[in-house]
Formats: sequence, C-alpha cells, structure tokens
Amino acid sequence: MRYLPLTPSDRSEMLAVIGAPSIDALFVDVPEAARLDGPIHGLPMHASEMAVERHMTALSRKNIAASDGPFFLGCGAYKHHLPASVDHLIQRGEFLTAYTPYQPEIAQGTLQMLFEFQTQVARLLGTDVANASIYDGSTACWEAIGMARRVTKRGRAILSGGLHPHYVSVAKTMAKFTGDVLETSAPTLTAETDIDALIAAIDDTTSCVVVQYPDILGRIADLRPLADACHAKKALLIAVVTEPVALGAITSPGEMDADIVVGEGQSLGVGLQFGGPYVGLFGCKDKYVRQMPGRLCGETVDADGRRGFVLTLSTREQHIRREKATSNICTNSGLCALAFSIHMTLLGEAGLRRLAGINHAGAVHAARRLAKVPGVELVNTHFFNEFTLKLPTEARPIVRQLADRGILAGVSLGRLYPGQDDLANGLVVAVTETTSAEDVETLAAALEEILA
Amino acid sequence: MSINQSGWRPTAPEAKSGNVPASVTGNKALMLEEALIFEIGDARTTGVDFAEGDVAHDMLGDLTRKAPIGLPGLSEPETVRHYTRLSRQNYGIDLGFFPLGSCTMKHNPRLNEKMARLPGFSDVHPLQPVDTVQGALEVIHQLAHWLVTLTGMTSVAMSPKAGAHGELCGILAIRAALEAKGEGARKVILVPESAHGTNPATAAFAGYSVEDIPATAEGRVDTAALKARLGPDVAGVMITNPNTCGLFERDMREISDAVHAAGGFVYCDGANFNAIVGRVRPGDLGIDAMHINLHKTFSTPHGGGGPGSGPVVFSAALTPFAPLPFVEKQGDHFALIEEETAGEHHAGSFGRMVAFHGQMGMFTRALTYILSHGADGLRQVAEDAVLNANYILRSLDDTLDAPFGPSGPCMHEALFSDAGLAEGFSTIDIAKGLIDEGYHPMTMYFPLVVHGAMLVEPTETESKAALDQFIAALRSVAERAKAGDAALKSAPHFAPRSRLDETLAARKPVLVWKDTAPLAQAAE
Repeated sequence: MRYLPLTPSDRSEMLAVIGAPSIDALFVDVPEAARLDGPIHGLPMHASEMAVERHMTALSRKNIAASDGPFFLGCGAYKHHLPASVDHLIQRGEFLTAYTPYQPEIAQGTLQMLFEFQTQVARLLGTDVANASIYDGSTACWEAIGMARRVTKRGRAILSGGLHPHYVSVAKTMAKFTGDVLETSAPTLTAETDIDALIAAIDDTTSCVVVQYPDILGRIADLRPLADACHAKKALLIAVVTEPVALGAITSPGEMDADIVVGEGQSLGVGLQFGGPYVGLFGCKDKYVRQMPGRLCGETVDADGRRGFVLTLSTREQHIRREKATSNICTNSGLCALAFSIHMTLLGEAGLRRLAGINHAGAVHAARRLAKVPGVELVNTHFFNEFTLKLPTEARPIVRQLADRGILAGVSLGRLYPGQDDLANGLVVAVTETTSAEDVETLAAALEEILA
Repeated sequence: MSINQSGWRPTAPEAKSGNVPASVTGNKALMLEEALIFEIGDARTTGVDFAEGDVAHDMLGDLTRKAPIGLPGLSEPETVRHYTRLSRQNYGIDLGFFPLGSCTMKHNPRLNEKMARLPGFSDVHPLQPVDTVQGALEVIHQLAHWLVTLTGMTSVAMSPKAGAHGELCGILAIRAALEAKGEGARKVILVPESAHGTNPATAAFAGYSVEDIPATAEGRVDTAALKARLGPDVAGVMITNPNTCGLFERDMREISDAVHAAGGFVYCDGANFNAIVGRVRPGDLGIDAMHINLHKTFSTPHGGGGPGSGPVVFSAALTPFAPLPFVEKQGDHFALIEEETAGEHHAGSFGRMVAFHGQMGMFTRALTYILSHGADGLRQVAEDAVLNANYILRSLDDTLDAPFGPSGPCMHEALFSDAGLAEGFSTIDIAKGLIDEGYHPMTMYFPLVVHGAMLVEPTETESKAALDQFIAALRSVAERAKAGDAALKSAPHFAPRSRLDETLAARKPVLVWKDTAPLAQAAE
C-alpha cells in the first residue's frame, strides 16, 4: 500500500507510546455491534498503479471525447482550447494541494490569486465586486435569487423562459424549501426573447427578474429596459452568463445596470469534464456586498506595513454566523478559479476580444451554412457563438443518428424540455475556435443526407 | 509604515537590523515579491497566439461591445513566472505536514490527476448522447457502489458539489420524506454545539429552525438532553461522527433509535469518515443520510479552497426522495435518470440540485484512489489515521492540555486547549509559531466547546519520523508560550508576510483592484 508510510515496527512502537495493546483497542468506543471485523463483501483488494491505470483507461475509452470528431454541443458547457500552461500551473503542488487560506501569512499565493480573480470577474461581468467563486453557474443562480430575497424582503422571482432549464430546476428545488414563489415559462422557437413579457410581470411583490444572456437558444437582447423596469418597482435584475467568452464581444450585463450578475466560468481554463467541477462566477453592486454568499478576499497590510491579502467579511459566513449566515457555502471552487484566472491573464483584453471575435465569425459561418440545408431554419437574428436551428423533424433522433456517424451535433431541445412538443424540433448548435470549417461542412452534409 | 492613499500600493519594507539594507526590489533572495497582474500587465498584451482567421461582429446587433473591459494580459513567460512566484508563497500538503483538524489534508497521489485528465473523462460534454458516455457513467456507478458498500447504506446521490451542498441534499431529502408522510409541521433540527458551522446554516437554509444540543464534559453529545428535546416538532438531528472533538459518538445507535421512535431522521456529517472507513458502517448506526467529502477520505486535492464533492448516502427510508440525476445500471447499459427519464418510483425525488451530474473530475480521482487502496487498504487507512492521531495526543499531553484525553482514545484528530499558557498567550500564538517552524498550523479555536481549541489531524499518510519532528516542534512552541516568550507574540517572522491586519480588511473592504490611473489603453 504505497500511500501508507508506517511500517509494522513503527506501529508497534507507536502503540507502546500510546499505551494501547493493539489497534483494536483504539476503536474501543465503537459499539461491538457496529464493528466490522472481516473484509467487506463485494469489494476488491488493493491494486498496483499499473493495474489501476489499465482499468481507468479502459473505462475512459468507452466514451467519445469532444476532440474525437466534429463537435457542436453547448447549452451551459463549452469546448474551448486550453493553453498548456494553464494545466501545468494549476498542478503546482503549492496550489493543487493547499487548503482554504485560513492562515494568510503562508497562503498569499492563493489569496493574491483570488483577489486578482475577483477583479477580473468583476470587470468581465461589469459589476463593482465579485466573490472568490462558488460551485457552478446553476448554484450561483440559485444563491442570487436567495440574495435578492434578503435584499428586497420579497419572495416572488420571475425567471425568463430563456434561462437554462437545469438552472430553473435547481431554483425550483430550492424554492420548494425556502418558500420563494418562482414564475417560469418555457422558451419559444422564435427570434424574440421574452423581455417585454418579463417587464409586464414585474410588480411590488417581485424580488428579482432572472434572465440569461445570451439565453438558452443563444439569443441576445438589450437588458437596459428590463433593468429600468426592475428598478422602478425596487426589484433586482439578475443576469446569468453561461458563456463568459461572449463578454469579449458584447456589452456586459453590469454595464446594462444588472444588480447581480452570475455566471458559469467553465469556458475559461476549466474544460468540459462531463459537467464538473466547474466554477461559479458571482458579482454584484457594491451596496449589496454584505448580502453576498461565499468567500471574499480583501486587501490589507501586515504588521510591517506590506500589502497582503486575507479572507474577509466572514461575518456573512456559516463558520461565524451559523444559522444566520448568507449561505451554507464553505468550499469555493478555488482551483477552477485559478485556472480561469490564468487563462484570462494569458488572453488579456486583446486576446479575449480576438477569441470572442473568432468564435462569433465561426458561428456566423456555420449558421449560414446549416440554414441552407433543405428544411432547416435558423431561429436567431442575433447570437454570439451558439444558435438554434429548427429542423423539419424531431431533433433528438437526428442527434442520435449523427452520433453514429461520429458527429456530436449540438443539444436537442427535446432532451432539455421533455414532453414539450413545440420545442422538439429545436437543435442548439455551439461553435467555438476549436470548430473548423470542415467540421461544419461534415455536419451540414450529414444533416442533408439524414433529412433527405 | 502607512498605507498610501492611491489604492494601497506595495510599500518597501524597512530595514530591521542595522547592517543589512533592504533590497531595492523588496525581494529577499528566493523569497520574491510579486506585483498584481493589474500592475504588470497590459490590455494590449496576450500570451496566446490564435490561428489566422476571420473576426466578425456582424450578428451581435446593437450589443457589440464598445467600452474596454479592463483586463490586463501577460505574455506566456510572464504568466508562468507570475503564478510560479505566487505558488511559492503558499503552503500545500506537497510541501509538508498540514495538520488541519476536521479538514483531513492527506497526500494527493498524482495517479489520480493523470487518470482525471484522460481525454475520455476530461473532454466529455455533460449533454452528449448517453451511449457516447458509457465509461463516464460506469465510473459514477462504480464509485457509487463503493460508497454504498463501505457505508452500509441503500443508495447514494452523487451530484452534490461539496460537503455543505451534501448536507443540504440530506436535509432536503429529510424534509421531502416528512412532507410525504404529512409531517411537514416538524420545523426543528437539533444540532450539537460542536457541529461545523455549515450544519446550522444548512438547516436554516432548508427552512428549519435550529436548536443547539450541549456536549457532555467528556466531549460527546449529551444523549439525555437530546432525548429530552425530541418531540412532534423535531424533524431530525445533525450529528458529526466521529465528532469534532475527535471522539466516536458511542451512543449513536441509541440516539438514532430514539430519534426514529420520535418520528425524526438522523443526518450524519461524514466529514471524518476517513477515521472509520472499513471498520464501521454508518448504516449500522441507524443513520439516514450522510455526506462524504471526497477530498477528505479519498484524497482528491482541495486546490486552495475547492473544488469539493459531497456525495450523500441514504438509508432505505430516504432513498425514494433522493435528488436527480443519478446513474442506473440496466442490463449492460448505464442509464442517466433525469427529469424526463425518471419513472413513477422516483416521483418522490426532491428534484435537481445542480446543472449536470456532479463533480465528475473528482469522481475519477476518488475512484482511482479507492481502487489503489482496495477494501483492505482503506481499512488500513482508518487504522493508521487513528494510530497517528493517538500518537500525537499521547506524545504531547504532558505539555499541552488535552481536555478530552481522559475520555479515551481519540479517532482521527487530537484536541488540545490553551489552558496553562502564559498570561496573554493563546492558540493563535502557537499557530503562528508553528509557521516559523515550517508547518501549516492546526485548526484554531474550533470546536467552540473547548477554550482556545487546537485540533490536530495527522492523517494516515504521515510517517512516524514526520510526526516525531512535528511533535518536537509543537512541544518547543508550546513551552515558549507557557514561558511567555514575547517573540512568539509577533510570529511568524520567517513567512512571506507577518501577521496580517484582518480587522482593517473587514472595516475598510478592498475587494477589487482599483487603479488611480486608467489601465493601459484597451485593445483594438
């Protein structure tokens, strides 16, 4: 057992120091009826590094990886190129194997990184402040709704039909237990978003309006009229960004006066990983910072007057405030935040803007090409790197047939909205810098054949 | 030295001893000062080369970005240096002993990292057709099998993103089960004083009111007080076992039976499962739900604060209420049970807690570790973790007060108090003194039931030699604190920073970097 350094003679010497006759004597407080004395039925014994590697590699080969062929899936998780130095740097043991920075004098690396991350995220989202990350976009969205309840002392949240359906599900789960009332609808396969309907629904009991930008169908809409309408009724506007690369090309929600902006940071630095771990982004206006969930890193000085960083405003947090905390969150997504921050530093403003422009150019090309497939219609008039096609038939079996040809062709709305016939023909297609013109041509040709 | 007004710039340290001048750079040989990326980067610089290709903005409408964002860039070599330098101001388990009690910082094998990076795991989208991700679903299924078998429970929810998220999962299942029985009027969760702060916060978040249950003089839950409080308004209890005093809750079975008899459920905080894995099954103790922090028991790295992963095991009583999604084996096929595929018998599920399927990257690491240890190795894990903790407890209880030393063997962690230190000296001085000795300090001032608590958790991956050196260091620091050594009050002296002013940070929060001069002209 290569991870256990004690030798049998170490163990004997240590038991002698303790004054215990055997290891069993150390488990004396476990009631006899609950002690396990033999091997556990149904579990194998330890294995060599080589054997484990062989087993795991065999399992990994049962999956089709995104890089194995043409790939067009998005809907909250995106395939982008990861510079090699990102993964190299996050594997430095001092980052990888550190705990939450409770001892700031020997955790300045993590703390400075978190301070830089907070600043990068706040600037990207267009908010005054941002926290040191949260689990993922969907839980960040839920936490934002809870925060709006604390700020406004109201409990009626209006969720846009363009919000990711999994995010809606998470919010619904939580609302059942907190007593919030959520008003939701499904999207429609049209170029228009539901901004006007959202504005009409705001009243004096509304805590917040939650809108995704770009939305689940890839549509983008100006949020300023919605922000004004929210503020006129003293409700908060919460914007959700699942593709942060978009903010390199389009105006951020904060610039359009959103009060809280949350996001999924997976696109930058993190990778697909079958859904997790990801990194939740959470920013807001200054005046709401004391209602924020999660960890915050702040600047201060040490006893010698040198700049340093600490975790701060912890009176919001569970370990101090217990049942009165703003959230029960303890862990953030530190290592993913580091990856995000490194990738962002490598890109810089110039790189992010160029990356966003390349994504958009590729998507525009793909949308035009795919809309030429007989029977296929492009739903969006405006989009960033993801758009929705309306197929002449149900999309889900088409996706299945394309997968058989080695093409992973986007997300069928039938999978995301089961039982909603009006959405079943919708296919959401994402294009990034990793998508080649040949990939688009392969998909278009295959679609033409299947639909013929 | 004062903070300068323009956003608290770095200030050069003053020379302390007469003959040694401060360096011009603020660096001290290999201990390098590092400016913020906002001070050294430039909006026009990028460390990434993009292929030639079109850049377009034609279908963005009026929303095309016009204003600069304010994001500095660094070249690749500058980026590598910046983060490498930052990393050197950090303590990690790779660097040395990291005895945080209740947090379980153990060796993180690199095989885990290598396996998590196999493209078949790292480069797979959560919404791919399920027959293109059978291997990923099989990993989840295999890990679930181990967790259920090791805990003696009925089912496991894999999707919670961290321990605290797992607690919420367990409490929501309890609430769903009570509501299904028409017992939604139960509004109280009992939480022992020694619980992690996440426990009461979780219960409150799920709509419960929280009542404390005291601890006995020997550091365990006061069973009599707990039983006396049970009644028709109590939804359940949240107990940590082994508990945060490092002790096994001997009365766990009796407590579970009493709670069940009173119509409530038992939630166990499984943060410390590493102490009993392979030797005790929580299912045999009558527990209904328990989260398992994968980094603690199964060595997924914690990365400076996360990511975590907190699968929750359930008893038969709570299984029908478990959240979606989950993986089910149907013949040779692994199915992903989500909203649309959940049949009638999952109708009680309390819903979805997170987009997608949980922390897959952590599952891969945990399964790799589990397979490496096997059932025999995991049992040895618990034994060595407990042996190491007791070795520390008994090696130091002549120097440091061990309030529960007489209560019997400890489990995974040894608890000391600040009793007997010189006037004006406390746990923080010992902690900061340990930093100068090259150690990450133990957990300070927790659990709250002990004055000036010091909670030391060695884990099973420390050698006897490493423990002996730590024991000598802690003994020396403790003796200095008992003798009132003034130098200890200003420790650490050899860390990248001396004691940081946390009060100032909270009183005048500076949470983002602000420039007095505009960032270099935005790109384009």
